Amino acid sequence: MAFDSLQAFWLMDGHGPYVWTCYGVFLAGLVGLALWSRHRRKVVIREQQRQLARDRQDQGESTPAAAATFSRIHPS
Amino acid sequence: MWQFFHKLGSPKWFYGIANRFMPWLFWLGLALLLGGLVWGLAFAPKDYLQGNSYRIIFIHVPSAFLAQSVYVMMAVAGVVTLVWRMKLADLFVKAAAPVGAVLTFLALFTGAVWGKPTWGTWWIWDARLTSMLILLFLYLGVVFLGSAISDEKSSARAVAVLVLVGVVNIPIIKYSVEWWNTLHQPATFKLTEKPSMPAEMWVPLLLSVLGLYLLFGWLACLRMQTEILIRERRTRWVKDFVSTGGH
Amino acid sequence: MTARQPGVALVTAQVGTASAMWTVVRRDLKSSFRQRQDLLNPLLFFFMVVTLFPLGVSPEVSFLQRSGSGILWVAALLATLLSLDHLFRHDFDDGTLEQMVLQPQPLFLLVLAKTLAHWLVTGLPLILLAPVLGIMLHLEGNSIAVLCLTLLIGTPVLSLIGAIGAALTLGLRAGGVLLSLLIIPLYIPVLIFGTGTVAAAADGTPVGGYLALMAAFLVLAITLAPFAAAAALRISLSNS
Repeated sequence: MAFDSLQAFWLMDGHGPYVWTCYGVFLAGLVGLALWSRHRRKVVIREQQRQLARDRQDQGESTPAAAATFSRIHPS
Repeated sequence: MWQFFHKLGSPKWFYGIANRFMPWLFWLGLALLLGGLVWGLAFAPKDYLQGNSYRIIFIHVPSAFLAQSVYVMMAVAGVVTLVWRMKLADLFVKAAAPVGAVLTFLALFTGAVWGKPTWGTWWIWDARLTSMLILLFLYLGVVFLGSAISDEKSSARAVAVLVLVGVVNIPIIKYSVEWWNTLHQPATFKLTEKPSMPAEMWVPLLLSVLGLYLLFGWLACLRMQTEILIRERRTRWVKDFVSTGGH
Repeated sequence: MTARQPGVALVTAQVGTASAMWTVVRRDLKSSFRQRQDLLNPLLFFFMVVTLFPLGVSPEVSFLQRSGSGILWVAALLATLLSLDHLFRHDFDDGTLEQMVLQPQPLFLLVLAKTLAHWLVTGLPLILLAPVLGIMLHLEGNSIAVLCLTLLIGTPVLSLIGAIGAALTLGLRAGGVLLSLLIIPLYIPVLIFGTGTVAAAADGTPVGGYLALMAAFLVLAITLAPFAAAAALRISLSNS
């Protein structure tokens, strides 16, 4: 440990505000990025589930054959 | 070889692989980053010249380093997009650009706050900070161009062209900014240049760089998955995948 | 817009590349002389922006002498930026551009020709106007001469890089603002070396090396930018 006490660790010889602001903003930025990216994927999945449900309703419940006519395309 | 390449280009295949790798990337990256940061904050010795404010290095350097290498990665992906039309490559460019922009911003912010105790002012038109600022402009251009073009395919290719033009320019920009800097203010005190860093300082730095790299990998995978779901929404496998719960 | 554009039909398979380029240049010059407002706007803008600095900052001779070259360079850069939107816009709107893409001649050479025409109607007049403004900003004779030389080498680079941005943002709704955002960072090296060379000349340093470096930028831009702009044009056209 490079510091004698928790107090010294917090103050960092007067440089504490700068150091802690930087670390705070850095972590907030990363956490924000992570949460935002996860949220986006969740939103997209939910949106498509809703869309699928709507399509199924439009076609009637008993036509799984219609769903199978979607061509299976894997262009690469 | 080509078969492998095509498989690599298949979004479905990538989605599964990414799912398998992402927990590793996330937890390993988080552990390395936090380990490096705690080590750097609490255990690394004080710098004899700058005092404790130098501890910002453990986040400033990783962000700046990654911000620059993400742009280069995007350029490589841009070449792949334009030459081989590989789907995953253009997904990567779109997924990585906002992350790169945030990292560049973080590098700028930490650099400015570091400047206050070191130079006595928040902002100095120092060569490094200035080229970082220009890099931020380049990133923002990529992000905005990508979102301005609604057609997914041409959006990806236009962004690839822009990234390539940018990457050709980056060395020129760097060189000219350095020249400009010597012209206007000779020999300022550089933030990160040290004659030799003791191991107690560079090991935590290395850890946090590695950790941030892995976390970037995780973020890129996550965002590419999102892009895949949007772009392949009409295919069978996405419909199956979504209707089984999307996990 | 007039539906009949002169000289489009001339670019056919029998026409050689050089004469096709020449046709494009002549046609663009002709059509821009028909719309004199477009021709005059960047020049007036250049003049007015320069006027703002003595009014907004200080009319002191020492300030103007020190920052005059920078002011002129920034104003020239902005004026070029303003005119870039017209580079492909008219041809895009009336479909000429699609014809051009279909021509047997390589597209990047036609883009180069269009850029040359753009420079002739925007860059060149700026250079001719620069000495007048230089005198108004109390620059010394030597500085004015070097400034015009740097503009002569630098403004074609601005047009060439700008062509990439104009091609990328073609047909987008917020094209104009986005164009500036994409292009300004790429203009920075030209600006730095343009003003730096004038500053060096004012200090009495030999500027041959700097001018050579700027010429190297120009060569690089001539060889690479038309390719990028042509690729961007194809993408933008496939989009619409």
